[in-house]
Amino acid sequence: MRHLLDTKTLTRALALDVLDVAEDMAHTQQREIKKLPTLRGKTVVNLFFEDSTRTRISFEAAAKRLSADVINFSAKGSSVSKGESLQDTAQTLQAMGADAVVIRHGASGAPRTLATSGWITAGVVNAGDGTHEHPTQALLDAFTIRKRRYGADSRGRDLSGLSVTIVGDILHSRVARSNVWLLDTLGADVTLVAPPTLVPHDVSAWPVRVLFDLDEAIAGEPDALMMLRIQLERMNAAYFPTEREYSRRWGLDARRLAALGADSMVMHPGPMNRGLEISAEAADSPRSTVLDQVTNGVSVRMAVLYLLLAGERNDDEKEEAR
Amino acid sequence: MTAETFLIRGAKLDGGGAADLIVQDGAISETGRSLSRTGATVIDADGLIALPGLVDLHTHLREPGYEASETVLSGSRAAASGGYTAVFAMPNTSPVADTAGVVEQELALGEAAGFVTVQPIGAVTVGQKGERLAELGAMADSRARVRVFSDDGFCVWDPLIMRRALEYVKAFDGVIAQHAQDPRLTEGAQMNEGAVSAELGLAGWPAVAEESIIARDVLLAEHVGSRLHVCHLSTAGSVEIIRWAKRRGVNVTAEVTPHHLLLTDELARGYDAHFKVNPPLRREEDVRAVRAGLADGTIDIVATDHAPHPAEAKACEWPAAANGMVGLESALRVVQLAMVDTGMLTWADVSRVMSRTPARIGRLAGHGTPLTAGEPASLTLYDPAPTRTFSTADLHGRSANSPYLGRELPGEVRWTLHAGVVTVADGALLDAPGVRA
Repeated sequence: MRHLLDTKTLTRALALDVLDVAEDMAHTQQREIKKLPTLRGKTVVNLFFEDSTRTRISFEAAAKRLSADVINFSAKGSSVSKGESLQDTAQTLQAMGADAVVIRHGASGAPRTLATSGWITAGVVNAGDGTHEHPTQALLDAFTIRKRRYGADSRGRDLSGLSVTIVGDILHSRVARSNVWLLDTLGADVTLVAPPTLVPHDVSAWPVRVLFDLDEAIAGEPDALMMLRIQLERMNAAYFPTEREYSRRWGLDARRLAALGADSMVMHPGPMNRGLEISAEAADSPRSTVLDQVTNGVSVRMAVLYLLLAGERNDDEKEEAR
Repeated sequence: MTAETFLIRGAKLDGGGAADLIVQDGAISETGRSLSRTGATVIDADGLIALPGLVDLHTHLREPGYEASETVLSGSRAAASGGYTAVFAMPNTSPVADTAGVVEQELALGEAAGFVTVQPIGAVTVGQKGERLAELGAMADSRARVRVFSDDGFCVWDPLIMRRALEYVKAFDGVIAQHAQDPRLTEGAQMNEGAVSAELGLAGWPAVAEESIIARDVLLAEHVGSRLHVCHLSTAGSVEIIRWAKRRGVNVTAEVTPHHLLLTDELARGYDAHFKVNPPLRREEDVRAVRAGLADGTIDIVATDHAPHPAEAKACEWPAAANGMVGLESALRVVQLAMVDTGMLTWADVSRVMSRTPARIGRLAGHGTPLTAGEPASLTLYDPAPTRTFSTADLHGRSANSPYLGRELPGEVRWTLHAGVVTVADGALLDAPGVRA
């Protein structure tokens, strides 16, 4: 794997490879000594143009458990906040000898620009770009669904026959986009539920069913119900009238939790707005995978960094052969 | 300078029958067959198409204020190399061309450069802010004789200001050239709103934001009996509205850019900001519709919206990049590819949509005139035969933000004469007008 920029172009074989290597990584994390020597001498830069403590520390933990050196480069308080361009920042990292750059950026496409510009030779991992994609989140979500469903028998399996419903602000969600493509690639059926204002104008090319009614989606007994964080500033742009109305129509409250099939899992990428898109009952129920998602995030990101940095250089050819 | 005398042999006039032309003292002195003239420079135009010098109603020359991107001289050179003999310079300079002083400065810079006629466009409102009318009459009465007014880059959004502007310019036969974009519907917009923007996660610029303004403006123009020009129309719906308005007899003209005739929003997929432009590249259906609209006369002209930007304004993440593409050097070649080679326009049509009609809309004398004796000798000789890869060697302005780099384009401008003075000779742009090594 040269870069991980999106799940749209990720093949089924490579996605399963990441999930299976993540199984191995998860296994090592059961041990008392969690650190592996695999990436000793490699430098991983976490280049964060947007605040995201959760994603950054997850990548940091992943890199450190593989013995890579980690540099955290946060836009706040650095030259970036003084107007330094992406090009200059990238070339600075190149001059410092970064082997992989994990980038979080507010601009959709910034990781691709970084990877294709010729400014750096490092592998690029997209840790969330604007409203485009967040591929490691989708991979950890797929890992979590598979693990919940198949337990120790997960390895090698895809998500065929499973149904996943994603609820919330689809329009602005990079998590939703990455999940739509990856879940489809892995064989799952995907339903999106959102206020009509928060669905992109043309999703005719997306392999999904779109509903505006959460109760209808719940009646379909999805295997996983993924609640997305709602940004309160959306109210000001007239996407919905009030948070109370949003919560009534699209929030997972106690009543809807009770209506959900007993085997359904409740997911949330975090951070949660308790009482808005998800009730405390749902967030803390045994069906919630919220904390599993955090734990699995480290394993999946270890797998991604491993495949990016420890893989043989003819990886790309192998990918194409698949 | 005493202009050189030329004998142009065997050019296809407007793509029709071959004829000879004699150019003397800045004018076409004679046309016919087997002409001769002692002392004239002979141009063998066998196989070349003679077109009246192209006229661009929509150019950004960036001077004064943004000389790192383009100057009047560099933009004039780019224009001449593309077969142009006149360009209308948009007013979004710094300071904005919203006073007689600034438009006269622009005019003087164009005269000093000498490659093409630079005709300033005046801003509609002070500072292009859309709040108060600029002194339109003063610009019209100035030495620059401004007839086209535009806040291009910004839409004259306030319907009352737009109505007043349309009415006011009737006093001096002016026209309002509108950049049709509803600002509220396009806040933060990055590309065409559609299937591609949904996937890329870039904020959408919906077609309705253009169409709703055009619909309003044609109704306003009808109501007050004024002349309206619609800049860079880009959607199928816009073509329909103009078609409807013309049927009703509204005095409206419309332009399309070469890039909207050829390129689609699929090109945004790599997040390469060379394809970022406003209005954005649209869908394949829209490209088909604007081609059909140009072919049937609904759309009157092709204008470049030549918009130079320095490299750093494009070598960055898409949302941070500037909108715009350079287009003067490639326009005729793109029009050949999209419209002539597809059989949708003849060369006589090209002469109409790229020279005669834009000159007429802008009330610019001495351009877009027929290739007959007694008319000014502003013309271009174009060879449609070769096909070559478009490269930075084809660019002659200060900026290289062309979307066509690396793409195969037909055609080559062989000669350009501006009022009898040669600016492009035998395929090469001259260092100074009329001066050959």
